[in-house]
Amino acid sequence: MNWNLIFTSIFSAIFIKETIFYVLGAQGLNIHYGYTGLMNFGQAGFMAVGAYGLAVSVETFGWSLWVGILVGIGWAILLALLLGLPALRLRGDYLAIVTIAAAEIIRLVARSESTESVAGGNSGINNFAGAFYDLNPWVNTRRYDFGPFSYSGQDLWIQAVGWGVVLLMALLTFLLMRSPWGRVLRSIRENEDAVRSLGKNVYAYKMQSLVLGGVMGALGGIVLAIGNQSVQPDTFATRTTFICYGALILGGAARVWGPVLGGIIFYVAFRGLDVIIRQMEKADIVPESIMTSTQSGVVRFVFLGGALMLLMVFRPQGILGDRKELAFDG
Amino acid sequence: MADATGAEPRVVTEADRGGVLPEPGAAKPDPILSATGIERRFGGVVAVDVAHVEFQRHQITALIGPNGAGKTTLFNLLTGFDQPNAGEWRFNGTSLSGVPPHKVARMGMVRTFQLTKSLTKLTVIENMRLGAPDQRGERFFPALVKGLWSSEEDEITARADELLERFKLDHMREEFAGSLSGGQRKLLEMARALMGSPELVMLDEPMAGVNPALTQSLLGHVKALREEGMSVVFVEHDMDVVHDISDWVVVMAEGRVIAEGTPTDIGRNQAVIDAYLGTHHGEDLHPEIVEHRRLEAEAEAEALEQSAEGDSDDDTAERP
Repeated sequence: MNWNLIFTSIFSAIFIKETIFYVLGAQGLNIHYGYTGLMNFGQAGFMAVGAYGLAVSVETFGWSLWVGILVGIGWAILLALLLGLPALRLRGDYLAIVTIAAAEIIRLVARSESTESVAGGNSGINNFAGAFYDLNPWVNTRRYDFGPFSYSGQDLWIQAVGWGVVLLMALLTFLLMRSPWGRVLRSIRENEDAVRSLGKNVYAYKMQSLVLGGVMGALGGIVLAIGNQSVQPDTFATRTTFICYGALILGGAARVWGPVLGGIIFYVAFRGLDVIIRQMEKADIVPESIMTSTQSGVVRFVFLGGALMLLMVFRPQGILGDRKELAFDG
Repeated sequence: MADATGAEPRVVTEADRGGVLPEPGAAKPDPILSATGIERRFGGVVAVDVAHVEFQRHQITALIGPNGAGKTTLFNLLTGFDQPNAGEWRFNGTSLSGVPPHKVARMGMVRTFQLTKSLTKLTVIENMRLGAPDQRGERFFPALVKGLWSSEEDEITARADELLERFKLDHMREEFAGSLSGGQRKLLEMARALMGSPELVMLDEPMAGVNPALTQSLLGHVKALREEGMSVVFVEHDMDVVHDISDWVVVMAEGRVIAEGTPTDIGRNQAVIDAYLGTHHGEDLHPEIVEHRRLEAEAEAEALEQSAEGDSDDDTAERP
């Protein structure tokens, strides 16, 4: 087994753009679910409109990349309003149904043949982020190694900007959640009617929360789109939403750094397992009768699922969570 | 009125009633809240069908009635948490038809709930701060800059601390509300409602699930609200409590207001006693259920009569 490759992959995964993608998605869900108690099962949809808003603006309409980023954010706001308008007035589970359905509709529309001229169908849209890499202070094509980390110049640039966005969102979350505004959100999570009886417009707060978290998800989609110079519809499958939830719960919901830490650990474990299993296959450690090469891609999900179950049993509040907060119900 | 003393069988005078007739739907000299033709149906069941009712300003009005009489439903309707199928209701002369609950609260009518709705994962002091209305820091953009709301927050905290002290919850200030006892939660909810300086406080069974030691303190707090010029409407089952603190009693049964009057009037009212005894004789129910209901109703009616007789030895009255 190539231990060097294994270590480099695992360490590099800490800062890689996919990690940023899931961290931003989880940060958005932290606002929705962690602080406000909204069950958004369609975060992948918000991430998709961010990525596609950018790619379509640049590739199909020929607008500049920067306008495209604003369009991506604008679509996320619009989507939040569209979903929130009917669903936030209803009980919580309706929002879950509406959001999961909307996210799938967005993905299916993006990959359908009828929209191929705009959204590129199955293969998506490619090579639209040149303007971003023109500003790169590093050499785009060079490879940079720092100890166990190894990134290309392109990766370094998107990672620097991407983690900057993550820190900015963490700061935003911190500032908002220490304020009376954040107090209203946390109170809505505990009991909506109590908040209503104290004269707060619960609906308006839930809408603000949905928009804010949705925009964070869209930023994740935008970072990955620029990082890969490509958008593909199946990146935004329902699985993406649940990986974000997994990351959030692993790190600790309703904590500023919960989704960041959880996202890193989740993706590093995901990536690490993948590399290790592949290496074991190459070294013929696992006989074909136990696991074939086609099964290996799925086995990592089995391990990850098992690990999440153990987490829920032994540390349900996540790594950074406060056990005391879980102690009361109702 | 209720806190007048005197052991001899009392004659309720006109002065006791403030010139208001002891009859359902009686007009009051200065009603803070009035409702006309309120009807709420759940499917085929008429839960509330109130022809007319008024609640007098600066008084403590008790809303009583047997289980299923529609008291809590009426509460929900009056406070905007539910909308009636028909009817009109006014708070300080303003129609509240179609007004959402948070706006009703902002207008000065704040309610509490039968099952306490403490925000369990917030500390006691944060629960209190939430109660303050119209905070600058509760708006999205000002929230980002602490300097814009920190001085207001300090004022709110000072007010909250005062109220916590008054309600004897100051030692629990930093605890999660979820770690309070049932009675303490009732106190917290009442204190939190007062953060908005309401004109009318609607208490839904404030004494339910509260231990007797705390009941007296709660009663004291409710009376104090009246002394401070607030009006109080409360739902209650315990007749001793009703006799102890209410100036006026409104009795509901099967969705209707069947009687009104001073606590003493009500204790002698045949319609009320009948309502508590139940009129289920003709109903097609399992005999055991009928028997159970009869016993329950008799016990309640007995308590009602007893407390009517021993009217005002309130503080020592033994509780069931």
